[in-house]
Amino acid sequence: MLTLRVNGTIHKLEVDPSTPLLWVLREQLGLTGVKFSCGIGECGACTVHVDGKPTLSYVTPVGDVSGKDVTTIERLKGPLSDALRHAWIEEDVPQCGYCQPGQIMSAAALLESKPRPSEADIDAAMSGVLCRCGTYPAIRRAIHRASREV
Amino acid sequence: MDIRTIDRDRRRFLKISAAIAGGLLVGVYLPGCDKAADVLPKKGKTQGHTFAPNAWIRIGRDDTVTLSVHHSEMGQGIMTALPMLVAEELEVDWSQVRTEFAPAAPVYKNPAFKAQMTGGSTSIRTSWEDLRQAGAVARELLIGAAVKTWGVPSSECCAIRGSVVHHSSGRRLSYGELVDRAANLPMPKDVRLKEPSEFKIIGKPMHRLDTSTKVDGSAVFGIDVQMPGLLVATVVHPPVFGAKVMSFDASKAKAVPGVRHVLAIGRGIAVVADTFWQAKKGAEALQVKWGGGKNDDLNSEIIWKHWAELARQKGDVVRNDGNAEEAVVKAAKTLRAVYEVPYQAHATPEPMNCTAHVYKGGCDVWVPTQSQDTTQETAARITGLDYEAVHVHTTFLGGGFGRRIEGDYVAEAVQISKAVKAPVKVIWTREEDIQHDFYRPATYNVFLAGLDSNGWPTAWSHRIVSPAIMDRLIPQFLPSMLPQWIPRPLKNLSAWLAGALVPRFKTDEKATQGAAEMPYAIENVRVEYIKDDPGIPTGFWRSVYHSQNAFAVESFIDEIAASAGSDPYELRRELLRKAPRLRALLDLAADKAGWRQKLPKGIHRGIAVHDYQDTAVAQVAEVSVDPMGKVSVHRVVCAVDCGIVVNPKIVEAQMESAIAFGLTATLKSAVAIRKGRVEQSNFDGFPLLRIDEMPKVEVHIVPSTNPPSGIGETGVPPIAPAITNAVFAATGKRIRKLPIRPDNLRSIS
Repeated sequence: MLTLRVNGTIHKLEVDPSTPLLWVLREQLGLTGVKFSCGIGECGACTVHVDGKPTLSYVTPVGDVSGKDVTTIERLKGPLSDALRHAWIEEDVPQCGYCQPGQIMSAAALLESKPRPSEADIDAAMSGVLCRCGTYPAIRRAIHRASREV
Repeated sequence: MDIRTIDRDRRRFLKISAAIAGGLLVGVYLPGCDKAADVLPKKGKTQGHTFAPNAWIRIGRDDTVTLSVHHSEMGQGIMTALPMLVAEELEVDWSQVRTEFAPAAPVYKNPAFKAQMTGGSTSIRTSWEDLRQAGAVARELLIGAAVKTWGVPSSECCAIRGSVVHHSSGRRLSYGELVDRAANLPMPKDVRLKEPSEFKIIGKPMHRLDTSTKVDGSAVFGIDVQMPGLLVATVVHPPVFGAKVMSFDASKAKAVPGVRHVLAIGRGIAVVADTFWQAKKGAEALQVKWGGGKNDDLNSEIIWKHWAELARQKGDVVRNDGNAEEAVVKAAKTLRAVYEVPYQAHATPEPMNCTAHVYKGGCDVWVPTQSQDTTQETAARITGLDYEAVHVHTTFLGGGFGRRIEGDYVAEAVQISKAVKAPVKVIWTREEDIQHDFYRPATYNVFLAGLDSNGWPTAWSHRIVSPAIMDRLIPQFLPSMLPQWIPRPLKNLSAWLAGALVPRFKTDEKATQGAAEMPYAIENVRVEYIKDDPGIPTGFWRSVYHSQNAFAVESFIDEIAASAGSDPYELRRELLRKAPRLRALLDLAADKAGWRQKLPKGIHRGIAVHDYQDTAVAQVAEVSVDPMGKVSVHRVVCAVDCGIVVNPKIVEAQMESAIAFGLTATLKSAVAIRKGRVEQSNFDGFPLLRIDEMPKVEVHIVPSTNPPSGIGETGVPPIAPAITNAVFAATGKRIRKLPIRPDNLRSIS
């Protein structure tokens, strides 16, 4: 039995602790906002927050996060997150949208640590999340907008 | 004034089609319900009556306006652009509009393919008239209902923001209040469509309608489909193309907790479990003996060598102006160059997946697909069901780029569900996705040009060797293009006959698209095609053959300019004197890029222009190359002429998107064949462009009064040559193979 705190709720789960956090979130807790894309930690689509830090949930065994706070896109809350979502909508960032939960989770962590990020800060914080649709310029604009509006 | 007469026989405007296909059934079509009446809202739980004047519009008594989107949303913005066409004529507020994905139904067939399909940048082009008319017809019916209610002449009424208003009395009735009466009126004979000067929505940067669900994780992609009793499967395919399962031992796989079934299906072996992770563990524990393929020794070098041999022969002549062979002999100077363009994977962010539930008398399929008809045909063929019993639920697509027009993963889900008698979601691993794609065809290009003593080109000869996508796709698409009443055995026979006959035709006209129409005014032009299929599966990849052909053509014209000492923009300009639209576009791009202005030290420019099915795009790229040969792209100025623009913000986004997509293929990734299999398997070996590699993109749209042409693919073709031409300007080295290898550009060792 493994105890997991996700989005503020405590779950007791019968699960092999080596199972990737991603699949526990998606298949056992029904949190499908977090995405599977590469499975090797190359693309960032599976990014969630563990104790507030962006974490690749596919390459994180669920056993490793027992007792830690896991936050997914579904429950990313607060003025900063609201500003980010609003900026994402205003800039019409998503195209196919598949990587966007990972992008937003990464952007939220960036703004948390650097409220006024430079272009280089954005490059450093966001280059781990791949977008095949090339929404990168829009992501840049949206991060700056959220930074101004929060 | 633009008065159009509606063809009363046209299926799509009859109310009956609305009852069956108007979106009423989407999302509520339950197993076992085979009549519309079975799925209509019951017991007054929702509104008792809904006005659905045609297959695209449903208006409720509560004033909700729901528009059906009959094309798949894969990022290109169609879920926003199509409703804009309807809403413009329907006279509703943008904030009032709700959307839903249409089911598979004949009324939604794409006229470009005679099948319900999203591809070829055709969605807006083929919907432009129909969807505006759909909106106008509904508007006229609603006005008619108000006229009847008030007993006033229709000339005194107009539709404004979801209501009909009587000018002189100021009376107003909302659409919701009019639906009951409107539903009983006869169809109007004539409707007037707005002139562009009257547009309130079309041409405006309306916000996308799908963003809110894509920023909170609630958007449902195929991979997110959930339902009680759902099993999850993953499939392993023969690593070598053309191989089959000889034998397999499933005992270890079945010992993995949660694994329920292991079965051989189609080309591979499926492991079915309670969760994906269990299925994947099971798949890893499988012991399979593959064999029977003829491709064990195939590799990319063998293919290139074989094509170089083939290219010594003459091909099928697809264009022949003047006499290029003779003109080359007479030329003062000749230029010869070979361009090799590799296979490419789609690498959609959402791996291939499909959920199917086969039950007695029916089948439901939830799938991120670009082709509802291929999905329906695939499921009908496997289950033996009629089309009407196969219900296709289209989800959001986590990228498509042509990959999701295929039915291979649908077939697997349906086969597995049929075998295990439960709903099953098939999810491929990324490795299976990259290694079992239908790749952009590789092409081998031999150019020969003749120049006169001034360096002016007098002859252009282009010989292309490549596989033909349509040899496989025509037989696959054919059954869904045939009338629905044709019985199953005949459909299967047609596909079999097409499979046997189509490959015998030498030319696939798609293979030379963008090369045969080479726009430069050269007196003698010859374009030839040699078909060869080494056994690697090929398919549509964002712009089909245009990305390969534009790279080859736009590079070689640059070589001609360099050989003559001409400016590459000026020479193109001269040679486009008979193509004023392209020339104006090229001028716009060059002007906005400041072509004649000096660049900062170390930055160099390249230019390219290409027409993809009436949408022309010109790009100027600014790059630098560091001493290690690494190419950085700083800025791309992009001019686009796509006719009337429906949503300028989406056009800009699609240009950025196409540039990013093309840059991955130019700078970073390709598919190579080693021992009959694809060498790359994930984003480590097939890396995608990152945010820190994305250039600044400036999009300039040409104002136009022409009907809209497509946008989704059109920015891809010119980007590779714009980059490689800039690399030539920077280094003097001509890139004739993609992707660019920094090793070949190193200036220090």
